[in-house]
Amino acid sequence: MTSNLVPPHGGRLNPLLCPRETLKDNLESVRGLPEIRLTSRETSDLIMMAIGAFSPLEGFMGEQDYLKVVESMHLADGTLWPIPITLSVDRKQADGLQLGTDVALIDDESGELMGRMTVEEKYGYDKQREAQQVFRTQEGAHPGVAKVYAQKDILLAGPVTAFSEGPYPRLFGSTYGRPKETRAIFAEKGWTTVAAFQTRNPIHRSHEYCTKIALETSDGILIHPLVGKLKAGDIPADIRMKCYDVLLDKYYPKDRVVLKVYPMEMRYGGPREAVLHAIFRQNYGCSHLIIGRDHAGVGSYYGPFDAQKIFEEIGPGELHIKPLNIDWTFWCYKCDGMASMKTCPHGKDDRVLISGTKLREMLSRGETPPKEFSRPEVSQILIEYYSRINRQGDAK
Amino acid sequence: MSANPIKPVSSKVTIKIPGSLYNRLSEIVDGSGFNSVTDFIVYVLRDLASIQPESSDFPPINKENLSQKEIEAIRKRLKSLGYL
Repeated sequence: MTSNLVPPHGGRLNPLLCPRETLKDNLESVRGLPEIRLTSRETSDLIMMAIGAFSPLEGFMGEQDYLKVVESMHLADGTLWPIPITLSVDRKQADGLQLGTDVALIDDESGELMGRMTVEEKYGYDKQREAQQVFRTQEGAHPGVAKVYAQKDILLAGPVTAFSEGPYPRLFGSTYGRPKETRAIFAEKGWTTVAAFQTRNPIHRSHEYCTKIALETSDGILIHPLVGKLKAGDIPADIRMKCYDVLLDKYYPKDRVVLKVYPMEMRYGGPREAVLHAIFRQNYGCSHLIIGRDHAGVGSYYGPFDAQKIFEEIGPGELHIKPLNIDWTFWCYKCDGMASMKTCPHGKDDRVLISGTKLREMLSRGETPPKEFSRPEVSQILIEYYSRINRQGDAK
Repeated sequence: MSANPIKPVSSKVTIKIPGSLYNRLSEIVDGSGFNSVTDFIVYVLRDLASIQPESSDFPPINKENLSQKEIEAIRKRLKSLGYL
């Protein structure tokens, strides 16, 4: 079947997961190898490489790639890439590793053997510089920066072979999607323009509105929730999945929406993370990425539309997927419908604007947000969730 | 003792600004996408504080030479991003 989808980043999908028929031999091959313990972020990055979402990467970044990515959002060969994908070890372990040797990659939390890497480089790096360039702040309170500062002092680089996708296929079943699979789905549907919607939160009316705008101009949409690790206080993936399921069932045309989850850990990197989101959605077969207000942001580290503006820095031909920029969206009582800053001439007193903090407080009190803010079915799931965690908190 | 003692990184401090300035900032913030004047101010000041000493446009930041040039650069950046 001929595909009219955008090509993968770098020209071809490059999944690094070993074929099932070679898994047994691969597992045997790492017996006795030095073990490198991966943080949850490193494991999730390995899984993204395993499924080809991080095409064209071949493994954890070498020094030249790392430095060029930090300074200019490009790999050493000029390919656009906004965020370093790295693996760190302490100096003592690094000193004990010879270049050219293989190591076993173990997920530190689960103890699962995730893959094998050939160590081609080991190098020191400037964490503050990485924080400033990638996250635009050196403040340790920023959750993505905190993870960089928590990294060990030496980075290891080399090609990887992944053995596992972790718990995600089992936890999410057919909702867990790999780029090869979504491309096949889109091709079978005859879609060419596919808008991806990134989310780490339940979808409320303003987000729903963004996706509906995309549905007007695309063949279909990919609702693409992140199910890797989030920061404390974020809604867990299983609760969010219930919210997505009920919303898609009741409020979306079923033949025009695909829901698939992906296993990356959130970095809260704002603009640069938006570019990363775009790259791997292109690998998933999407022609557009919906970018609204404060995409991939946290706190007030980024301006509300910095994640849209960064795409203006990308050169022609460097990225096939295009941003679908949407302004601040809300319900306006005077417009009597969903609107945005671009379409609504009225004032803030006419609009339903509820901050994340206020929303959490309402839900924790069992108070249903206005239906103009969130669909009642979604609110009900969240109220039940907060009620349960409040009870658990009281029980401690 | 320093007139400006260092605060623990996890704490927040209250800074007073003239009411007229707050009102002007409120007008700027309205419809900009920023949730509040506070968020806007924090964003601008973080940008100012992160100016790199090795940038060829600016000397190292210290209290002697925080210049109009650095402040103008922030203003230009905010304008180019559409916030002013």
